[in-house]
Amino acid sequence: MITFMNNSDSEEEPCNERTSLMSAESPPVPSYQDGLQTTEAGEAQAHRKRRTGSSRSPNNIADGDMSDSGVPVRESALENEEEELTLKYGAKHVIMLFVPVTLCMIVVVATIKSVRFYTEKNGQLIYTPFSEDTPSVGQRLLNSVLNTIIMISVIVVMTVFLVLLYKYRCYKFIHGWLILSSLMLLFLFTYIYLGEVLKTYNVAMDYPTLFLVIWNFGAVGMICIHWKGPLQLQQAYLIMISALMALVFIKYLPEWSAWVILGAISIYDLMAVLCPKGPLRMLVETAQERNEPIFPALIYSSAMMWTVGMAKPDTAVRGGASQQTWDAAEDGRENHRSPLHADSQMSETRSPGPTRPITSFEELEEEERGVKLGLGDFIFYSVLVGKAAATASGDWNTTLACFVAILIGLCLTLLLLAVFKKALPALPISITFGLVFYFSTDNLVRPFMDTLASHQLYI
Amino acid sequence: AFFWLVSLLLASLIWFVSVHLSDREDAKLQYGLLVFGAAVSVLLQEAFRFAYFKLLKKADEGLATISEDGRSPISLRQMAYVSGLSFGIISGVFSVINILADSIGPGVVGIHGDSPYYFITSAFLTMALVLLHTFWGVIFFDACEKRRYWCLGLVVASHLLTSGLTFLNPRYEASLVPIFIITLCTGLWAFVTAGGSFHNVLKCLSCKQEDDSRVMMYSALQVPFED
Repeated sequence: MITFMNNSDSEEEPCNERTSLMSAESPPVPSYQDGLQTTEAGEAQAHRKRRTGSSRSPNNIADGDMSDSGVPVRESALENEEEELTLKYGAKHVIMLFVPVTLCMIVVVATIKSVRFYTEKNGQLIYTPFSEDTPSVGQRLLNSVLNTIIMISVIVVMTVFLVLLYKYRCYKFIHGWLILSSLMLLFLFTYIYLGEVLKTYNVAMDYPTLFLVIWNFGAVGMICIHWKGPLQLQQAYLIMISALMALVFIKYLPEWSAWVILGAISIYDLMAVLCPKGPLRMLVETAQERNEPIFPALIYSSAMMWTVGMAKPDTAVRGGASQQTWDAAEDGRENHRSPLHADSQMSETRSPGPTRPITSFEELEEEERGVKLGLGDFIFYSVLVGKAAATASGDWNTTLACFVAILIGLCLTLLLLAVFKKALPALPISITFGLVFYFSTDNLVRPFMDTLASHQLYI
Repeated sequence: AFFWLVSLLLASLIWFVSVHLSDREDAKLQYGLLVFGAAVSVLLQEAFRFAYFKLLKKADEGLATISEDGRSPISLRQMAYVSGLSFGIISGVFSVINILADSIGPGVVGIHGDSPYYFITSAFLTMALVLLHTFWGVIFFDACEKRRYWCLGLVVASHLLTSGLTFLNPRYEASLVPIFIITLCTGLWAFVTAGGSFHNVLKCLSCKQEDDSRVMMYSALQVPFED
């Protein structure tokens, strides 16, 4: 196991995690798009308003000044509606993200608690060469910091490499890389995981059955993630591979290094997404300039785009209803949801899909803007909770506290997303809360609760 | 749940600091500090419940202003129930999950002379506590809303009383029975506060369909909203 890990290049994949959360709407780019966006967002809200608006616009086409005065009022009304829309759907999106994050964490914690393999120390990755088996505390701390520096620099290099590839349109290379890494995850890691689970429960399994199961699992996974598949199945596969990746991290990262890495990567995430020269931000902007879906990246999407049609003749006066028919499934799948690994974890919440010109539909349907979260976020959340489950002596209390902290962090991040409407890093707030709660619960709350429980006192 | 956790964190911090500053060997002092810690924790929980109420009130106002018909989609009563329930769940889970985890493993209950009914009484106490938190949430929010501060004081006092009763614990008849009585009374109080009444219960149980003699007006012609 360890030799394989040391020699394989594929370990690089997992290390390139970048996370960010993007808003549901593209940030204002050209004004044409802008008008379209706001009107369309407004339309998506009140059916009545939409209908009157769109039915009015053909009448107003000839009437230049009427539309002039009408539009500013309309736009401010649209802004309010947009805000309300954001907040209304914000709550739904939060729930839509809670479920997969919770599921991933449950899988990781259940595995950690039951399968001994993932808590045994069996060597380290080559990315964390310094051992933590040193006698003195200072030395150990130094080693973990050095490990972190190496790991983060590997991640930065990989990210920059990826951004360069994307900029120079080497799509085939990126696709090949992603397919390779997802192959490895779906087959190799699943094989190891299944092997360990069967060992733990002492279940006898013959190789032909095992290979059949893994072959089916892996093949369906590849198809679902890279090509087309039912949304639920795709989501399930993404959750499973995030969990597998998180388990690998939990096993192979030494104790203190893991915590320092978690902290460092959330700082890196913050910088990479928000700084003007940050690689992730450049990636996002490049993709938006090219008007492409962000990337064949590792993103988890919670909903598909539905068809939005608005009635409107071609000669729309600027404020008029926008006509965009967004193809639901097609665009969604064209986003190339590639499996996790590493490269870019961008969590974007934005509606993907190029805007296609108008077809006039009479009926107005509501637009389902799914929220997207990068798989790296899933992984690191699960790493935090898994580490808490593995190493905390207070057992379940610490795990639960970290879980609640991460979910609240996610909530706050989504709230900020609704306010700022642009790409946001999903890691910092959650990981900060998680770390604070882990250390404080483990050291402060645990003795308190244990003492209370030993006297059977309730507070 | 987050707010409850933060309150627990602060209370543990206070207890921890006090324990470290004091003499470890003195058992009576440690027990006293534990009582003190528990009391501080109860007070902090109620304080954070109040803080959560303030936060929800603000959110409620925000939601009401931007919604179409001027009312927020969730009523304050529903929020009170949810808040109480989540406090109860997290408090119950924190109290009982380690006990549950231990109960799977091999062992004998009470082998060192403690009560052999530890697990079952813990289960009952946790259930009572979860229910109590829910009821307290409803009453608390309602009292804050209507500014009946004596209700607030009563809630805090009953929480302190419940926690104090658990100190009598190996003597289960002295602690479990009063706690359940308190739970029932608080439940009735919360039910009345939330607007229930005997009449409502009867109506609910009999599943009667109200005969609707209202006439529905439906107009296909709708006036444009913006004009």
